[in-house]
Amino acid sequence: MSIVGTRVVRIEDQQLITQGGTYVEDLRAEALTGAVHAMFVRSPIAHARIVSIDTSAALAAPGVVAVYTAADLDLAPHRAGPVVEPWLAGEVVRYVGEPVALVLTEERYQLADAAELVDIDYDPLDVVASIDSALAGETLLFPDQGTNLLQTTGGEFDGTAFDDCEVVLTRTIVNQRVAPAPLEVRGAACTWGADGRLTLWLSTQNAQIARSTVAKGLGVRSADVRVITPDVGGGFGAKIGADPEPVVLGWAAKRAGRPVRWTETRSENLVAMTHGRAQQNTITIGGRRDGTVLAFRLEVVQDAGAYPRALFLPTLTELMATGVYHFPKVETSSRAVVTNTTPIAAYRGAGRPEATAAIERAMDLFAAEIGMDPAQVRRVNFIRPEEFPYTSPTGASYDTGEYAQALDRVLAAGGYAELRAEQARRRETGDPVALGLGIAAYVEITGGDSGGESGRVLINADGSVTAWTGSSPHGQGLDSTLAMLLSDQLGVPMDKITIRHGDTDEVPRAVGTFGSRSLQLGGSALRQAADQVIEQARALAADRLEASPDDIELADGSFRVRGAPASGSVTWAQVAGQAELTADVWFGEGTPTFPFGAHLAVVEVDTLTGKVVLKRIIACDDAGPVVNPLTFQGQRHGGLGQGVAQALLEVMNYDADGNPTTATLADYSFITAPELPDFELVESETPTTRNLLGVKGIGEAATIGSTPAVHNAVVDALSHLGVRHLDMPATPLRVWQAITDARKAN
Amino acid sequence: MKVSIEINGRTVTGEVEDRTLLVHFVRERAGLTATNVGCDTTSCGACTVLLDGESVKSCTVLAAQADGHAVTTLEGLRGEDGGLHPLQRAFREEHGLQCGFCTPGMIMAAVSLLEHNPKPTRHEVRDGLEGNLCRCTGYHNIVNAVMNASGQEVQR
Repeated sequence: MSIVGTRVVRIEDQQLITQGGTYVEDLRAEALTGAVHAMFVRSPIAHARIVSIDTSAALAAPGVVAVYTAADLDLAPHRAGPVVEPWLAGEVVRYVGEPVALVLTEERYQLADAAELVDIDYDPLDVVASIDSALAGETLLFPDQGTNLLQTTGGEFDGTAFDDCEVVLTRTIVNQRVAPAPLEVRGAACTWGADGRLTLWLSTQNAQIARSTVAKGLGVRSADVRVITPDVGGGFGAKIGADPEPVVLGWAAKRAGRPVRWTETRSENLVAMTHGRAQQNTITIGGRRDGTVLAFRLEVVQDAGAYPRALFLPTLTELMATGVYHFPKVETSSRAVVTNTTPIAAYRGAGRPEATAAIERAMDLFAAEIGMDPAQVRRVNFIRPEEFPYTSPTGASYDTGEYAQALDRVLAAGGYAELRAEQARRRETGDPVALGLGIAAYVEITGGDSGGESGRVLINADGSVTAWTGSSPHGQGLDSTLAMLLSDQLGVPMDKITIRHGDTDEVPRAVGTFGSRSLQLGGSALRQAADQVIEQARALAADRLEASPDDIELADGSFRVRGAPASGSVTWAQVAGQAELTADVWFGEGTPTFPFGAHLAVVEVDTLTGKVVLKRIIACDDAGPVVNPLTFQGQRHGGLGQGVAQALLEVMNYDADGNPTTATLADYSFITAPELPDFELVESETPTTRNLLGVKGIGEAATIGSTPAVHNAVVDALSHLGVRHLDMPATPLRVWQAITDARKAN
Repeated sequence: MKVSIEINGRTVTGEVEDRTLLVHFVRERAGLTATNVGCDTTSCGACTVLLDGESVKSCTVLAAQADGHAVTTLEGLRGEDGGLHPLQRAFREEHGLQCGFCTPGMIMAAVSLLEHNPKPTRHEVRDGLEGNLCRCTGYHNIVNAVMNASGQEVQR
């Protein structure tokens, strides 16, 4: 029986549950002997001219090895979108947390003492702390640009799209800024070898992208940099490649002639690691009172932060604007502005959650306006199964989908009709605890626009298998998933399969892990490599068995002549002893797949206090065939938790002067165990034809669906009071304010 | 100052600064790196260890305060048969970990939780782990792991 599709516990876990992982900070490599500790001195001011930097007191502090500033750095500048982002700020700082100096000390505890002694004189400038003030343009972050608006797409609307509509609604909604905040903060360790090569251990999702970034930053050849990824304590998109810090650390290790270790603090992480989301979206939806949507417009404004590192985000939101629906007329535009805040980059879903939140709020607003159940409005407008492959008006090429089925399954599993009856009963009796039901149907794009992935399989002389993947897991359990695939394909038990990744000397060419691409691309690459190895082995086995290779079959881990069991069999070890059995492949060009699903959230809202309690969340997330239900469900659980958190709790706040007010975990609200219910998962598997496994990505899907489902549920709970919308997160104060405002208006 | 702490049954002695945190003593002096630092505000619980059998966040305890006391970390956890502790086994069986960074602290907190309440309800497990943050699992399978370790039914 095939192991694929069965619940297999992870091979990763034994070490993690007995000795803990080996994260960057845990490294005790000999090459790091004598390493100095590093800390960045970061700007405490959102926007200022640097008048002077005096490092003398810091240099005289105990244990200080060096203090470096922009004046010391002899690195070519690097670009963020159309502007230059300094490695260390030397003239102007543009956000709280921007690195200005680097301190190296002998001991860890000396770092903060010395960093405090770096005397930087700032001359404050006016602060652009919001999208509105950025667009107003009274203060410019980059005067040479002449504007804070650094990217514009679309927006040439002809003005007739909504002419045929009986109902047209428009509203601006905020998709708030959140912090990816992996539990392991960013960290690195590096040393230059006698051979002139830099070895960099980095907590990253992509050793190979990091190698390119660091080599380019340092002005050396890629071959002169080796990046090794130890265990990585979560990434969520924010650990893609390398940030500027590792480049500065690599430079400092050379200048100081010592290995360097760096681990940021949590407060640093919250202000200096890139943030996510941060969009302000204006939706216009129009249609008929029978529920048919005729036209939809999405106008995206992306707060890119101080340096626009990820301008693909707003355009990806545009691409996914219409979600799971067929709309005759669609218009989109996007603008990206810079503000004196932490730069924005990828965070779990990266552009797609924003699109889904916008369209799913729009569908609910439309449903409320025409007085139709939100589930029914969605059914009327779904793209139908027979329409696939479907090219959306924004140019996305959806592969396969069963959108109505996904929604129907969660509604059935949740007992939607009974929940609506309970909601009505509470409203009739004036129960102060309101019940809210929220629906989100979503389509997600995975593995897209990012090249393919590498995979290499080697049969060792003893018949065991070593495989190298360009994917780079950080909690997903990919080692186990890939070992299962290879075990199934090669007939070799999992404990004889070793999966290796995350060392650029072992895997020189790869893309890595983001965009939920690992299984569909990395897994397909290993499938292809293993197929080639099987072909090689069949030829060798044919010689031994004196048969034609075409007659050789691989069954139960050995090669036999098909239909002739008496002619004997050949094991992997036997053929591996004859010749090197290995294949190194590159799979695909990153053809995207489109997982989809539907979520139903049930909330209770205390209308006297504004407190929201998530009672249930029922999720159908269809990513095609499932290799390991255990890790598949784990990815969905994690996505649900993070998505719910954005709807209810998480927000990275700044005051008008650009000071972050949520810069510790005491202020920034991670969701905790008591705030979440047990998750109710509904299964569905619709394969894709776009890779060898039929699989789609699952890493981000549940995040994308759960946020609007919960958000819609909160608004639904308050709808009988006249509330039509409130922005996320649905904190008690915000909910209470919405109730109070609605009561006043009525 | 000089401190002497019994860690996982072994006495570790060292000269430390007054301000040295227990977590750094454990990681750097004892060389036991399972115990992690995840925040600077005693919020995340990744550094949870047992101090004389009670769970504490070792980033909020000075090494000096632990002088003469006994500390147990994940590396020192054992089942009655000397193999895996029931919680270690259950975290694996129930997929109660993903990236693994919160796991040592989460398991140590759960040890203490079950010590005080051997048959908790799911709700009690959730409340009991409020001080330990996980960014990966959504907690569902962590609750399952604790229920499993306590010999109770899980919800897969």
